[in-house]
Amino acid sequence: MWEYTDKVKETFLKPKNVGEIPDADAVGEVGSIICGDALKLFLKLDKESGKIIDAKFQTFGCASAIASSSALTELVKGKTLDEALKISNQDIANFLGGLPEQKMHCSVMGREALEAAIANYRGEKIPEKEEGKLVCKCFDVSEEKIRKVAVENHLTTVDEITNFTKAGGGCGECIPQIELILRDLWSLKPPEKPPKPKKLTNLHKIALIQEIIENEIRPGLQADNGDVELIDIEGSKVTIALRGMCTGCMMSDITIKGIQAKLREMVSEDIVVEAYQ
Amino acid sequence: MNPIYLDNNATTRVAPEVLDEMLPYLQDLYGNPSSMHTFGGQLYRKIEGAREKVANLLNAHPEEIIFTSCGTESDNTAIMSAIESLPRRKHVITTRVEHPAVLNFCRHLARKGYRVTFVPVNNLGQLDMDFLFKSVDDDTAVVSIMYANNETGVIFPIAEIAQKLKERGVLFHTDAVQAGGKLPLDLKELPVDMLSLSGHKLHAPKGIGVLYVRRGTRFSPYVIGGHQERGRRAGTENVASIIGLGKACELAAKFLHEEATALKVLCDRLESALLKCCPDARINGDIENRLPNTTNMSFEYIEGEAILLRLNEFGICASSGSACTSGSLEPSHVLRAMGIPYTAVHGSIRFSLSRYNTQQEIDKVIEVMPGVIRELREYSPFGREKIVCPPQ
Repeated sequence: MWEYTDKVKETFLKPKNVGEIPDADAVGEVGSIICGDALKLFLKLDKESGKIIDAKFQTFGCASAIASSSALTELVKGKTLDEALKISNQDIANFLGGLPEQKMHCSVMGREALEAAIANYRGEKIPEKEEGKLVCKCFDVSEEKIRKVAVENHLTTVDEITNFTKAGGGCGECIPQIELILRDLWSLKPPEKPPKPKKLTNLHKIALIQEIIENEIRPGLQADNGDVELIDIEGSKVTIALRGMCTGCMMSDITIKGIQAKLREMVSEDIVVEAYQ
Repeated sequence: MNPIYLDNNATTRVAPEVLDEMLPYLQDLYGNPSSMHTFGGQLYRKIEGAREKVANLLNAHPEEIIFTSCGTESDNTAIMSAIESLPRRKHVITTRVEHPAVLNFCRHLARKGYRVTFVPVNNLGQLDMDFLFKSVDDDTAVVSIMYANNETGVIFPIAEIAQKLKERGVLFHTDAVQAGGKLPLDLKELPVDMLSLSGHKLHAPKGIGVLYVRRGTRFSPYVIGGHQERGRRAGTENVASIIGLGKACELAAKFLHEEATALKVLCDRLESALLKCCPDARINGDIENRLPNTTNMSFEYIEGEAILLRLNEFGICASSGSACTSGSLEPSHVLRAMGIPYTAVHGSIRFSLSRYNTQQEIDKVIEVMPGVIRELREYSPFGREKIVCPPQ
């Protein structure tokens, strides 16, 4: 059983502001019945002050989803839209005395519904999810959302991403991709990136590629029971073979592209990575 | 508040008779059955007495009974023994709805290079028998198929499968953890090679299991060490639990038939009342071939964990196949394999009864459940156009 705080339990058993506002000024709808949780948020604004005077919700989901929705409605009341937008998913979790790690995605859903409702009111179009940017197909999570939630909550591991967004929690196919997104995201921030040597001798290049594959790429793949082996290097062509769970993985092309991107960034722009046939 | 415990497929209460039988072996009679002195050595005979009682429940020979630490160990041992005995065969067959003890072990074998076939089921959770028999080939080392499903209670035609596999000379293991003590098992008639049982599903304590291995079946031990269990399972015997399991099997054998009838009456009562007073509810699984104590129902538009935690407030214990209760983000693999719509999978609830449940308890659930369902549906954004749950 989950370790819910008393506040979560209490809020779940007696949630506040359940229902709909028929003449709502803003409605935000996120999630789906397929994914296992969905939230519809209704906001009523005071025309003069621009403050939220009423908020109601309808939620399909577990105890923490219902409690998070209730918390959200309590938090937004009395705030202007700009003030409301400052409420983070962490604020929702804090209001409930914290949520179990694996349930943080419930608070993220609350924050998303709020954004959707405000976008709805302001007449902004919610950007359609582009097919190519969809990372987790099981739970319909885009790369943009992963990056956003990762930055807002300082998430650095795939497990944390799964806890907060559900991405990677289904078939697991997208885990290498999440790994690469995280690596990309956080390797941009700290300035520890080693300076790219201007001119490499062949010997240096081979040593550098070996080192990067060994230290930067293999540990990530091995964590998911996959692996990669360096087969050959000819000029700028790097031939590798995927091993373990990576073999025959539907995402192997993406894994290879990710490795290429890494090598291009760290070694040389003209590197081409190919799978060993 | 005494709990209304309707989660007996998860674990059961230790029968008071079983506990009484066990206590002396946790107190004064703490010896090791392998010792030369009487104080320890006398326990050996007690263990053999328990073995006879277990064999009696299964209509098997005592020497065919191996005590293990749990159902999972029995399952792992059976499959491992089969593939070790037939090292050149690299194919294993199981089903998509197995318990993780078999399912994940087979996935583990797949990673080690074995070819694993997962036989599908239909909407009612019935096994695709054609698919199963077509999958068997000369490379097949073992077939492992559960007797009855833990989530839906659906019973597979194990006698027919065992007979056909015997004719084709393929080793067959069945995980009968949910069937043991609930259905009559006669291993003189049923030609399975190996069968697993778990103590805590039939009112014995946790931490004790059984692997039945038919005489003449090649066996290779999994836990290696001392000579216990005739060298087939090393490790000092869990004396008290073995004696408790013996008693639990004796009780099961004695009351099996009358219990099955009584449980079915209670289960049907619960099911039909809930279907009547909760709209958009359904039963998952084949009700014709089902354990007498299990019902798996889905309540559309709401989520299982929320239902369970509301029931918890009334002291009612059940379980759910929803994602939030599965420990992962994916809902029940069994219900998904059956092709149950996601909307119904998320709102699935399993009630599993035991001999200790009463009609008053069932009536309490019938009284409480419609209100819980109605209230959660009021919170839900789905299915609103047709919420017509009648007031109590």
